[in-house]
Amino acid sequence: MGTSLDVRNHEMVPDHQIMDEEEVADLLATYHITLEQLPKIYHDDPAAKAIGGEVGNVIRIIRDSRTAGRAEAYRLVVKRPKK
Amino acid sequence: MNSDMEQRIDALDLPYRTQEDLKASLTDRDVTEEQFEQILAMVFSEYQKSRIEPCEAVGVVAAQSIGEPGTQMTMRTFHYAGVAEINVTLGLPRLIEIMDARREPSTPTMAVYLLDDWAFNRDRARKVSWQIEAAPLHEFGDITIDMENMQVLVMLNKAVCDRRKISIDEILETAPRKIREKRHFRDFDVEGDPKSVSLTFTPKNQESYQNLFQLAEHVRHVIVQGIDDIERVVVRKEGGEYILYTEGSNLKDVFEVEGVDISRTRSNNISEIADVLGIEAGRNAIIQEALSTLNEQGISVDVRHIMLVADMMCMDGEVKQIGRHGIAGEKESVLSRAAFEVTVNHLLDAAIANEVDELNGVTENVIVGQPIQLGTGDVKLIAKPMNLKI
Repeated sequence: MGTSLDVRNHEMVPDHQIMDEEEVADLLATYHITLEQLPKIYHDDPAAKAIGGEVGNVIRIIRDSRTAGRAEAYRLVVKRPKK
Repeated sequence: MNSDMEQRIDALDLPYRTQEDLKASLTDRDVTEEQFEQILAMVFSEYQKSRIEPCEAVGVVAAQSIGEPGTQMTMRTFHYAGVAEINVTLGLPRLIEIMDARREPSTPTMAVYLLDDWAFNRDRARKVSWQIEAAPLHEFGDITIDMENMQVLVMLNKAVCDRRKISIDEILETAPRKIREKRHFRDFDVEGDPKSVSLTFTPKNQESYQNLFQLAEHVRHVIVQGIDDIERVVVRKEGGEYILYTEGSNLKDVFEVEGVDISRTRSNNISEIADVLGIEAGRNAIIQEALSTLNEQGISVDVRHIMLVADMMCMDGEVKQIGRHGIAGEKESVLSRAAFEVTVNHLLDAAIANEVDELNGVTENVIVGQPIQLGTGDVKLIAKPMNLKI
């Protein structure tokens, strides 16, 4: 109580990790894509905030997949557009 | 099986579960090197075969696979099934709600799990439920309207307050504050008396009886204990532990309550989950909710279809609906958007904005009558005629 909630402890939130530049370059090369083609995550997303992701970072998400058991997904941190 | 073999399994480009299953079935078995090679080759080729072909129209397949069983779902809008006396929308209306990404579901509910110290003790679980359930002032005492003196009198019942673990002072403080903040009614003065456990509300306008009754209405229904959005809490015992089911949902405030297990507590409000726990949790919530809605109706749809839909909805960092205000409405191609709902508006807007259709997608190419880039249509094959005498 009182302390701010850490969303990473919730069972519905998969593991988020910030990728370093080298890993990002590898990722983009493997799939032959540009950075903008990755799915997005907002900079003020609670899970992104919890690991200190900043705009331009790529976050690796390790999901508990129902089919593969474990699956990696990637999201690019972007600024939340103003409504 | 030895560790070398395990490493070779790990090195293969197989899904995690397949690797684990393979390892599990090979432990305690004697396999020769030759057999192992064979097994690996077989498993790998089976996996390759099970993968989706390039240029396969997965979106259309997903749409059909969810749509067809959807026709068999119950269509009645007011179909409820009680889970612990709490009504939850089910069937087609619920599925539509999920796909439309509504801000608020028609029946928001939560399953609040408790920490070990609270989960196995009925009284302590009950105490947590009082912290959550919204309780209006009239549950804590008698409220009378004194027409002669133009006042609303509240006589608190000390026994009830003690039983529900709320101090008199707290009520004296929160009631007027909440009427001002939450109910936006400010034209009154208040006098609290801790000794006689009473509250006296006096409206500023001493002339109007209507005003007095309005004030009394606010006083009666002001929430003094619990979380405003949560109308009802049911304590139920499941598998040895007590779980609180709520009518109404407010994750953020429930997480603040002492005794609540933050890691397991769930809501059925998807956009709330996405706001509080992040987009990835939102994606999980969509999959979970859609799947349980379908399964509850005895319909089994492969998760992959639902996962694809959930991925599309959560692509841009927030939960978007499938319809014209979301995914379908943000397509690049004018013709594709026009082929979905509100055709004329899209064409008119596109004409005014001087939009150009690059004809990259499927729908627009079908419209103009060109081969589409799907399946064999995507393969650019040029045959060089050899030994051809013209």
